[in-house]
Amino acid sequence: MELNIVRYILVFPLLGFLVNGFAGPRLGNKTVGLIAGGAVLLSLSLSVYVFFRLIALPADARLITDTVYTWIHSGSLTIDFKLMVDPLTSVMLLVVTGVGFLIHVYSIGYMHGDRSYPRFFAYLNLFMFAMLLLVLSSNIILMFVGWEGVGLCSYLLIGFWYEKDSAANAGKKAFITNRVGDYGFLLGVFLLASAFASKGILTLDFTTMAAHISLISPKILTVAGILLFVGATGKSAQLPLYVWLPDAMEGPTPVSALIHAATMVTAGVYMIARMNFLYVLAPTALEVVAVVGGLTALYAATIGLVQNDIKRVLAYSTISQLGYMFVGVGVGAFSAGIFHLMTHAFFKALLFLGAGSVIHALSGEQDMRKMGGLKNKIPVTHAVFLAAALAISGIPGLSGFFSKDSILSAAYASGHTFIWLLGFITALLTAFYIFRLIYMTFYGESRVEKHAAEHVHESPKVMTIPLIVLAVLSVFGGYIGVPQLLGSLIGWHHSDIFVNYLAPVFHTAPALPEMAVPTESLLMIGSIAMAILGVFAAWYVYLKSKMKTAQSAAGALPGVYRLLLNKYYVDEIYNAVIIRPMMLFSEVFLWKFFDVKIVDGAVNGSASLTQRASNRIRKIQTGDFQVYVMLFLIGVITVLAYFVLR
Amino acid sequence: MGFQENLLSIVIFLPLAGVLIGTLIGKNNTSAIKWFTLIVSVAEFAVSLFLVKRFDPSVAGMQMTEKYSWIPVYNISYQLGIDGLSLILILLTTFLTPLVLLGSWNYIKNREKEYYLWFLVLEAGMIGVFASLDLILFYVFWEAMLIPMYIIIGVWGGPRRIYAAVKFFIYTMFGSLLMLVAIIYLYFAYGSQTGIYTFNLLKLYNLSLPMSTQIWLFAAFALSFAIKVPIFPFHTWLPDAHVEAPTGGSVILAGVLLKMGTYGYMRLAMPLFPLAANAFLPYIAVLAIIGIIYGALVAMMQPDIKKLVAYSSVSHLGFVILGLMALNMQSVDGAVLQMVNHGLSTGALFMLVGMIYERRHTRELSEFGGIAKTMPVFATFFMIVTLSSIGLPGLNGFVGEFLILIGSFLAHPIYAILAGTGVILGAVYMLRTYQKVFWGKITNKKNEDLKDLSGREIVVMLPILVMIVWIGVYPKPFLDMIRNASKSYIQYVKPQTASVPASFGPALPQMPERSK
Amino acid sequence: MSYQMLVVLSFVLFVIGMIGVAMRRNLIIVLVSLELMLNAVNILFISASRYLHTLDGQIFVIMVITIAAAETAIALALVVKVFKMAGMVKIDDLKKLKW
Repeated sequence: MELNIVRYILVFPLLGFLVNGFAGPRLGNKTVGLIAGGAVLLSLSLSVYVFFRLIALPADARLITDTVYTWIHSGSLTIDFKLMVDPLTSVMLLVVTGVGFLIHVYSIGYMHGDRSYPRFFAYLNLFMFAMLLLVLSSNIILMFVGWEGVGLCSYLLIGFWYEKDSAANAGKKAFITNRVGDYGFLLGVFLLASAFASKGILTLDFTTMAAHISLISPKILTVAGILLFVGATGKSAQLPLYVWLPDAMEGPTPVSALIHAATMVTAGVYMIARMNFLYVLAPTALEVVAVVGGLTALYAATIGLVQNDIKRVLAYSTISQLGYMFVGVGVGAFSAGIFHLMTHAFFKALLFLGAGSVIHALSGEQDMRKMGGLKNKIPVTHAVFLAAALAISGIPGLSGFFSKDSILSAAYASGHTFIWLLGFITALLTAFYIFRLIYMTFYGESRVEKHAAEHVHESPKVMTIPLIVLAVLSVFGGYIGVPQLLGSLIGWHHSDIFVNYLAPVFHTAPALPEMAVPTESLLMIGSIAMAILGVFAAWYVYLKSKMKTAQSAAGALPGVYRLLLNKYYVDEIYNAVIIRPMMLFSEVFLWKFFDVKIVDGAVNGSASLTQRASNRIRKIQTGDFQVYVMLFLIGVITVLAYFVLR
Repeated sequence: MGFQENLLSIVIFLPLAGVLIGTLIGKNNTSAIKWFTLIVSVAEFAVSLFLVKRFDPSVAGMQMTEKYSWIPVYNISYQLGIDGLSLILILLTTFLTPLVLLGSWNYIKNREKEYYLWFLVLEAGMIGVFASLDLILFYVFWEAMLIPMYIIIGVWGGPRRIYAAVKFFIYTMFGSLLMLVAIIYLYFAYGSQTGIYTFNLLKLYNLSLPMSTQIWLFAAFALSFAIKVPIFPFHTWLPDAHVEAPTGGSVILAGVLLKMGTYGYMRLAMPLFPLAANAFLPYIAVLAIIGIIYGALVAMMQPDIKKLVAYSSVSHLGFVILGLMALNMQSVDGAVLQMVNHGLSTGALFMLVGMIYERRHTRELSEFGGIAKTMPVFATFFMIVTLSSIGLPGLNGFVGEFLILIGSFLAHPIYAILAGTGVILGAVYMLRTYQKVFWGKITNKKNEDLKDLSGREIVVMLPILVMIVWIGVYPKPFLDMIRNASKSYIQYVKPQTASVPASFGPALPQMPERSK
Repeated sequence: MSYQMLVVLSFVLFVIGMIGVAMRRNLIIVLVSLELMLNAVNILFISASRYLHTLDGQIFVIMVITIAAAETAIALALVVKVFKMAGMVKIDDLKKLKW
């Protein structure tokens, strides 16, 4: 169905960006916030409208398109600026605009008093535009526009406080790391394009590609799938390109919540779900996705165990949770991956915003060693934070439980026992580090520094209301995806709504093998046990023994502790192995030696050679007229002699 | 004679007429000179828009042709005509010139009259190069345009201006002379084959020479243009010339003059000698790729912003050449568009660098830092241009780079794989520069009370920014304009029989559009 | 006199003139030697004209005489100028003709 209203979902944030970007400083902060928030609210309402239009259609015909204009047309390649909404898009639309709107509201309070308030909201609106373009686009190149667009906004917002060198560096690092991934992504696109071109259909349109994908040999699809996934590892912070995300915490906290937790970083997962028609024909590529996801989940969780900066813990947690999502899509359970994407957007946004509220209360303190005992001073924040923590830990009944469990059971059911084990252990670590954070922040004795302690206060309503809304979503958001097993157990007759809703998008994906009820129950009980064990361990280590256990554990294994604290020294290794040598090679060899000495040396050398030769020859010009005459005569005689004597 | 029939001649000679009248203005009446030349160049731009109006993108081949006998003895004629390629480059020239003149307003403080008039001469020369269809006429414009540039660098340049100007002149001249010899050879070769002695380019296209001859002629043309582009390893005059040239000179040098090299490849070297072109093609492509990576790596470490931008030009023009060598619609369309994009974004970069240079009288990166705070408008402009230069989707650079890369991937995947790394490196050096100049704390006292851009400077930048966004968001009109030029280029160069000697790489894949 | 003798005479005169131009130091003498060379050529022309029974040679001679007159006038003027500037007309000391 063609519906020309879809484009306005994009138009409003873009207008908001233009107005705030150009006229922001003159409008006053209040108007700026109103315009930015209002633009997103309009997009949200439109998205809801489009969603209802969509579900009004029959389940197998749920596709709304909106062709705006032809963007690039060259030879047989045509790329339209064309938007499309199918069930997958609509989920993303609602998540992005919904969470985005809440975060906009929250930011109005959080950024209050910042010197560059209008700039912040302009960037935020631009981000919304790019993110919505990413999810709405109907071909992979237009998607890439949004893909790089969100990267740009991420760069600008990480570096928002550009006067801080750490922020400036983090922004640059984020952009360049993403560029490395995008390079892989583009090559994947090119490979697909050339494969299709060799079949006579040069197309990059999702629907057309899906229709003709069977023409392409699986080998090419595998390579293309892996290349596209390289792009995803950059954008979604997976091994080995995850390094930018922890540093990205230099940005304002709402940005961390919106871009680096809820929406942008999930773009990679969305992309793989969107390209599911390709991945189901390239099982090896999917395998790579699942393995990288599983390893990243565990890897990041271990680092998260020992970090002391509240936002860094959450950053590593995000990387780890994104790993889960990749496990989900990687084992072929695309809906499960998207389901976790959605619930994660709720609780992780909430965690970040809650952390922002804590930081706000403590006048900018981010080190958890200088927190503690805040429970009663900021009760609302505490309550919502607890809800989110329970959700992420996978405590039954909350959203995270359902989504995480559906991924783990899918991994097990599809025979990826090793990956399941990775996820299973990660579940324990997740519960542990998140409750470590809770206990260090909200419970125990206050270690807050004196001057900060005097100002501790609960955040204003404009910040707490979005928190509460998100808390509600975090708690109840999972009920649209209750697995059949549990549903029948508790008499809930609306199980797997989410999966069924998305099913038409993933119709090519083979169904996962059914699991025996006892196995599935056992798995579920196992992961519940892990979650509770993690919470309990954190309680024991950080509250009961007042961190003495933690200290003794760190003392007992100093090597491991330092390795984790320093994040496995990956940044240092990248620096020493790639960055430094490249810079040294460029400066010392390429520029100062090769360019200056060899290439330019040859140019200037030939010039000075000519000059030196001329210097010799010009000595003949004595200025003595009679010498010239003699030379002339000798010349004439030589020529004559040559012709006479020949 | 009339406005419609002689539109091209009018476009070429309007600036020269301006020069003639301009010489009458008193030497000390500088504001009159500035305004006069500005008005002439704006009028010139307006007239060039009539070219767009009269141009029919659906017609293949040359349009608005004019032909008058010039030196009948040798059958040399004053012959003009344009296709989409010429038109888009002429527009780039007439678009940039007024901005350059307005941009130089307060910067040039000695011999202003000569400065502004030379720019008009330069403009006429550049348009002449893009519009002439007679090889001798082309050569005359080609050489004539060297003189104003030589003078602009040599008189209004930096401390080592003489060195740079002489290097620029002799290096380019060296290449041009080889080309002249090749042109004359062509004249006689065509004459002895057909009995008609002519320098008419359109006729010479039909000449078929044996491979052994083509190789030499192609080499002469290719070397001449390779120096102009510049293709690695003929690039070393460029950083010197850019660093020493005044801002306006750099803008025109990067914006238009370098395009003459790529134009030469597309208009002359490749289509005139298709056999040799195909033989040399892989090697030129490899040099282009080396240029892309090498230029980026060297740019990354430059302490002087202008030098950095100069090396980045080597990298960007590598993309253009690669696109021309890949020989399919996407890559060639991309290459032509990228010529324009590079003209806009690098031109804009040089203007911006000039603006900061006028305030601080240095271009050392280490002298700056934290300027975003004192000059927010400037920082915003610089950011947009930076993003355009690194090919951010939605801005002009992406469309060109994307088309080139996808085209070259379709031709030879390995080319695109290697060239694609340039996209990463581009982000590295540009963002590194941006950070060093604009972000961080202000450490240098001199940066504390810099004045943000003046109204005039904003007026200079805005048109370029508009174009940057326009081409990025809606490139269709531009792609439509150049389509037929790209098509005929491919038709001339692509081997009619699919067999390319095996030693010169794998046969080019057949693109779908050829079957049409 | 036979034609051969005339050719020999012309050759001898030419060589004398040539040696004069190449060896003598005084500018005036050099100029005189130059005239001698021109006239040697003139004799050759005249004899060739007689021998071939055409007038071309004589036309050339008149041409040469005319130009020689002009040339001598200018040359002598220059010598006078040189003498006024340098105070002498010795060729050895006039070595400004180099860069």
